[in-house]
Amino acid sequence: MSVRNLPPVYNKIAQHAVFPEMNHDERARYNFLANLNKHLAHVSTGNKVAFENRVEPKFEKEHGRKIASTEELKQAISKDAHYQVWSSLRRSTMEMRQQAGRSIVLRQAAELRDKVKALNEGKDSLILDESVKVPPYLLACDNHIMPGSYHTELIEDDVTPAANYDTGLFVTTAGLLGRYSDGGGKAIVSWVRKTYPDFNPKRILDIGCGMGHNVLPIAKAFPNAEVIGIDTGAPMLRYANARAVDLGITNVKFMQMDAAKTTFEDESFDWVQSTMFFHETGGKSIYKIMDEVYRVLKPGGLTLHIEQPQYTDDMSLFEKFIRDWDALYNNEPYWSKMHDIEPVDLMKSSGFREEDFMQIGAKAENDLDDGSQKADEPEDHGRSPIWNVFGAIKN
Amino acid sequence: MEEKIDYIKLASNKPKGKRPYFHDDPAVERVLNITMAVAGELAVMRERMDSIERLLEKKGVVTREDIETFVPETKEQEEQRQTWHAEYIGRVLRIVQQEQEELENPDKSLEEIANDINEM
Ligand SMILES: C[S@@+](CC[C@H](N)C(=O)[O-])C[C@H]1O[C@@H](n2cnc3c(N)ncnc32)[C@H](O)[C@@H]1O
Repeated sequence: MSVRNLPPVYNKIAQHAVFPEMNHDERARYNFLANLNKHLAHVSTGNKVAFENRVEPKFEKEHGRKIASTEELKQAISKDAHYQVWSSLRRSTMEMRQQAGRSIVLRQAAELRDKVKALNEGKDSLILDESVKVPPYLLACDNHIMPGSYHTELIEDDVTPAANYDTGLFVTTAGLLGRYSDGGGKAIVSWVRKTYPDFNPKRILDIGCGMGHNVLPIAKAFPNAEVIGIDTGAPMLRYANARAVDLGITNVKFMQMDAAKTTFEDESFDWVQSTMFFHETGGKSIYKIMDEVYRVLKPGGLTLHIEQPQYTDDMSLFEKFIRDWDALYNNEPYWSKMHDIEPVDLMKSSGFREEDFMQIGAKAENDLDDGSQKADEPEDHGRSPIWNVFGAIKN
Repeated sequence: MEEKIDYIKLASNKPKGKRPYFHDDPAVERVLNITMAVAGELAVMRERMDSIERLLEKKGVVTREDIETFVPETKEQEEQRQTWHAEYIGRVLRIVQQEQEELENPDKSLEEIANDINEM
């Protein structure tokens, strides 16, 4: 037995009718990358040592004082050889993951499109609207260095952005989100069931649903509810719908809509959910989106948002800096800026009451965890299946 | 819109947003990326060999001699082999392609984008 946690082999990933065909070497390439990700989490622990033993003392000697901001820390650590090689390897690994995913899906772009089309044919659960614009912040750069982001279509009715996302999530998270990468959605269902055993939502909205992997566990758990996932990326929605059809989930619709200006009626949902969404929006949009959440939520309705872990006051500058690495170097620009907003203030600005605000921690439910995963593995900042969930009941 | 796409080139496209360099000399970054890609392909080959060896062992059908003397037998096989090389090189030399794409179409820095997005 290895002393390390080994990521599950790629062939453990769940299949469905629109999952891309993958050959032997493509799976092997992903096995290599998942292991490389795991390995780099170990290399990352050296950053703290380098910081404490070299970077900080050097700075203090030169300046006669302590490092005062994350900006100063960034300047200082960026000259450190260990930090340099870790950063360089991590960036490179993520680029390789995109390359690997794209070479799988682009070679079969037309076949994937046709498979998706066949499953979506005659279904009223997919509602696209060409007039919906991709928000400007998604056009400014490609989030998590995914070339073309969620919206780019290389062929007509392209679905490759979603197919690439679907194949690669398992690799970046080293399988910790489970076979369907839906550990976040499952965790939220369990929490809601336990906390509000009598909650019986009739209508549920998931904003920024992407390829729908986290909304399906919700739809499955509440089969009598009408569930709607919205996103601005048409390729994501096409794929999401075909995937849901194939997985036999019939109470979910996918609609192309901007979460900042939806066409839903006031007070028409019992539950508004988002998962890993807000940190990919923008400084003004985030408020508009929360206003929409408030507007469409029924009185007594629930809203929950799964996000990256918050900064806490007792977190060191180093901790904050390293947690924000992805913001600059994995193209998640709003991730760092969002830390300046307190979730409670964001919600209050839209009309939610402070006393109705809630914040909980959540951990992914992983159907691949056979108990061999050790708890003392180093945390891979920004990838760990441990989240902050904030929300409120509307009163 | 084109139906046939150059998937080898497209697969190695750069993402929008200026690429960070961590080493003092960008050449180090370049060589490291190329090396890691080669390392990856070696791992892929290692896994493939492992599959083959296990299957051969299980079925006892092919000798080492058969493998040593094998050459492509059809046009299709020849093309498959060469396509594999083309993909492989595209993968390994990705950073060079992306730097060229950046040259042709310069990006804003992520700091600038973060500030822009904060206004969106
Ligand atoms: C990181 S993905 C999250 C996907 C999914 N919720 C999950 O659990 O992983 C963010 C998604 O939000 C979408 N998005 C970003 N801004 C949006 C907006 N204003 N309205 C609707 N969707 C948006 C993007 O297209 C993308 O699919």
